[in-house]
Amino acid sequence: MSGTSARLDRRHLVAAVLAAAPHALVITGLGSPSYDVYAAAPDRPGIFYLWGAMGGAVPTGLGLALAQPHKQVIVITGDGEMLMGIGSLGTVAVQRPANLTILVLDNGHYGETGMQQSHSSLGADLAQIAAGFGFSAPVRITDESGVDDLAKRIASRSGPVFAQAIIATGELPRAMPSRDGVGLKNAFRAHLGLPSS
Amino acid sequence: MSTMQSPTWQRDIWEALRASRVQQVAYVPDAGHSHCIRAAIADPEIIDILLTSEQEGIGVVAGAWLGGQRAALLMQSSGVGNCINMLSLLEACRFPFLTLVTMRGEYAEFNPWQGPMGRATEDALKLMGVTVLRVDRADDVADTVSAAADSAYLAGERVAVLIGQRLIGRKVWTEDAK
Repeated sequence: MSGTSARLDRRHLVAAVLAAAPHALVITGLGSPSYDVYAAAPDRPGIFYLWGAMGGAVPTGLGLALAQPHKQVIVITGDGEMLMGIGSLGTVAVQRPANLTILVLDNGHYGETGMQQSHSSLGADLAQIAAGFGFSAPVRITDESGVDDLAKRIASRSGPVFAQAIIATGELPRAMPSRDGVGLKNAFRAHLGLPSS
Repeated sequence: MSTMQSPTWQRDIWEALRASRVQQVAYVPDAGHSHCIRAAIADPEIIDILLTSEQEGIGVVAGAWLGGQRAALLMQSSGVGNCINMLSLLEACRFPFLTLVTMRGEYAEFNPWQGPMGRATEDALKLMGVTVLRVDRADDVADTVSAAADSAYLAGERVAVLIGQRLIGRKVWTEDAK
């Protein structure tokens, strides 16, 4: 993370990424990324919102991407959630699912708990960490053109893709998806034609 | 390294997993799971997923189920401690879950650092809503794993099978061992 001017608006960014991949399945990390995705696409099917299990967004996306290799899967999470499950980048890099994209909305802070700084604004470079685990050419998004580059990478299905979006720290109105985990699970499976269970 | 040298009960575990139509096998290595890990890697119909920490396996299992596949998590008892909060995901969403846990910290354990988590493993799983089965005899392994798989994948339960250290046997430990 570097630079303090003209950081991206997270809501605009997430809306643009979702629009660029209209058929992708989506897993969101808890907190603001869930609100961003819900704000952009409240009626979109094929989204599984995590409300807990911090560190679990990428592993959940991995299990899904391996189970559905012909569908695009995008994990949208924050820097704090990613850091708590940072080893999962190594696990993804070993599996190399071509259909998995990880988008980290990086504001360098824990927004949900009062904007305390995270490691990513205290020296850690998430894109370099992903590269170190074996991701090829991590994407660093600092402006609107970066969204187009990411969309091309997603469409090329040459993943796994790791993208770090440098976003502003401002607080936004919460847009809250359902917290009914069973309902979310069954709705997601129904979207794929799978029975409730 | 030949699978022919693996104990019968380890081969029974693999056969029970295969019969339960598991498609993803996530694991942190353990000697007691070595046959299953080798078999999963060798089997073109199984996706073997090496984890850096057991808690990742909880997410993998959930994601696999979201996508229509059955997954199982293989780990050692110490790894159960690494999973505690992540088990919330399974309980909150009632995901089916099957984990096979090789025990440390009990029979003929040479390492006292394995004791605390080993003694807490069963209670920790139960506290987080996981049903616990246990096997200590080789003859019981096949049926217990098969029963646990049915509870998980047919009834949608969260089930752990603890594989007793007595079954695994004494770990040969010398200072110059590799």
